Amino acid sequence: MHIVVVGLSHHTAPVEIRERLAFAPTAMEKPLRRILELPAIAEALIVSTCNRVELYAASKEPDSAVAALRRFLADYHGVPLEEIEENLYDYQGEDAIRHLFRVSSSLDSMIIGEPQILGQIKTAYGYAVEFKTAGLILNRFLHKAFSVAKRVRTETGIASSAVSGSFAAVELARKIFDRLDDKGVMIIGAGEMCELAARHFVSNGVSRVLVTNRTFERAEKLAAEFQGRAVPFEEFTDHLAQVDIVLTSTGAPTFILGHKQMEEILRRRKNRPMFLIDIAVPRDVDPKVNDLANVYLYDVDDLQGVVQANLKERHKEAHRAEAIVTEEIGQFHLWLANLEVKPTIVALRRRFEEISSQEMAKTFGNHKDLTDAQRKGIEAMTNAIVNKLLHRPVSLLKRTQNDASGEDYVDAVRELFDLPAPLADEAPLEPIDDDPDNR
Amino acid sequence: MTLDILLFKATLLVYFVATLLYLIGVITRREQLGHCAKWTLVIGFVAHCATLGARWAATGFPPAASLYEALSFFSWALVGIYLLFDLRYRIAALGAFVCPLALVLMIGGSAASKQVTTVNPILDSWWFPVHVTLAFLGYAVFAVAAMAGVMYLLQERRVKAKKFSGLFFRLPSLDILDSINYKCLSFGFPLMTMGIISGAIWANSAWGGYWRWEPKETGALVTWFLYAALLHGRLTVGWRGRRAAIFAIIGFICLLFTFLGVNLLSGGQHTFRSFGG
Repeated sequence: MHIVVVGLSHHTAPVEIRERLAFAPTAMEKPLRRILELPAIAEALIVSTCNRVELYAASKEPDSAVAALRRFLADYHGVPLEEIEENLYDYQGEDAIRHLFRVSSSLDSMIIGEPQILGQIKTAYGYAVEFKTAGLILNRFLHKAFSVAKRVRTETGIASSAVSGSFAAVELARKIFDRLDDKGVMIIGAGEMCELAARHFVSNGVSRVLVTNRTFERAEKLAAEFQGRAVPFEEFTDHLAQVDIVLTSTGAPTFILGHKQMEEILRRRKNRPMFLIDIAVPRDVDPKVNDLANVYLYDVDDLQGVVQANLKERHKEAHRAEAIVTEEIGQFHLWLANLEVKPTIVALRRRFEEISSQEMAKTFGNHKDLTDAQRKGIEAMTNAIVNKLLHRPVSLLKRTQNDASGEDYVDAVRELFDLPAPLADEAPLEPIDDDPDNR
Repeated sequence: MTLDILLFKATLLVYFVATLLYLIGVITRREQLGHCAKWTLVIGFVAHCATLGARWAATGFPPAASLYEALSFFSWALVGIYLLFDLRYRIAALGAFVCPLALVLMIGGSAASKQVTTVNPILDSWWFPVHVTLAFLGYAVFAVAAMAGVMYLLQERRVKAKKFSGLFFRLPSLDILDSINYKCLSFGFPLMTMGIISGAIWANSAWGGYWRWEPKETGALVTWFLYAALLHGRLTVGWRGRRAAIFAIIGFICLLFTFLGVNLLSGGQHTFRSFGG
């Protein structure tokens, strides 16, 4: 059995094409069943997100399966295959395994390390299970992909740093304050970006929210949303000493917070650190404020710098993730090969033993005058012959199970000795963990 | 080779392994390695306890009479205090700074003469172990404070200048590092104070005088005032962060000078060779 995948992603196709080939999540049954009806395809799975459409299948004849899936993808959506040919990619065997492992570990994502993709693949797998288009192989394959993704997430820092400005602000706050649940935040000017950042801070535990705005009603409205308190704009500096984090984005043409004011506020706070995030352009806070001890002032560009640094860090961590993926491919490939080799060896041995015991029974029936010792001798000899005959084929099967020729030997042995088709004995599965992603 | 020397070498080796694990763990950001490092360090600490016990049994004096013994004792206190801190803070990065220091002290110890120093009978009282234990625990706590201070300065520079190199991701938050500074100060200062007082009582019982203004006593007093100033500043005017970190580092340098410099450069009862006198 081979695993194959045909698909397209943001790497190979613009959104105009991706949207034409997407499958609606509400109507997965029909396409899944249609794929299963295709020749040469034993199991099927459809992953369809805004960044990728991929058809996974288990097949005995990978080449014809790939061709059938390509044709299906075009036909199902009523798009001429020639038009999308160059946007499609396909992988077989080890490459297909690597592909899914990379996709589920978010190594193939537009933003490396983004966590949604794993949930999307779990959903896709859920449909395949629901409509019974995933069998032994895809079951095992997907579970393995989930566990690889989990390993990558826990053992590398691929998803550990924020890649959006407002998240980056929260992360920075953690590097300054460690814990946020006993901290307070003040929102100055109720801009959209400020609101978003404030929301991130609140969902990360910040408990006290103060809002100020030139129009007091707006401040009150926003404060109500965060269960915070509105303060008049004219006296906001009087309240600054109570908060640790300041988000500011007013339309003021000049600085609304200067060096002198901050110095005074810090004195009132006994130098407890403050984190000022100035999202306004033109800026609201005098950049010289950053020179004060225990004050950390970040403007829009600084936050962008954090995001860039984080992305770089993610790319570095991605190398380690690739190594994990490679390691796990080997394991899964072995299992897949074993799926065929082990039962083949068992069946082969059983066939030989059947013949030898039949023939021995015949011999012993014809020669009733044999002594026990003689019988034992004949039995031993027969077993020795069987073992000697089996030795070479069995060791060859075992040896070649990891390379390309293994499959051919398995087929040859089955054909030569007329072995029954292997039963798909249920291999133990690792449980899916459904813990909701934190981010 | 006697038992205590053998144990000392084993401890040194285990500390070396723990240091390597801490450093690799922090550089590659693998948490499991940090755990391995900690448990290695725990094993090293147990071996170190045995080392000191064996030495005490062999010489009959608390193992802090020669330079070798004192360095080993210092390192022991440092590892012990670090492990205590680890119960509360669990910061592998701190281990990556403290463990190398403990290792350096051990290497210094192994370079010093391991000859047994006999202690002058008038000095041999229970005040001896009390004084050295308090003093070294104080040293150790301040050493942790200094290491946290170095980490604070490194991290602060990154957050302030908006330079996000690899260290930024590996070091803990400024707040934690500053609170370690405060914790160390509030434990270290009483320990040091009691260390000085117990020393004075011991001196009085041995020679009939509490204070003799010898170099080490003076050095200790200067250091004590330094830490007193920092503690006062922290509690009243809110000295914290960078300033507290710098103070902790300077304080520790003074401590090291008091501990080693005085021995190497000048005389007095506290030099280890005068113990025999």
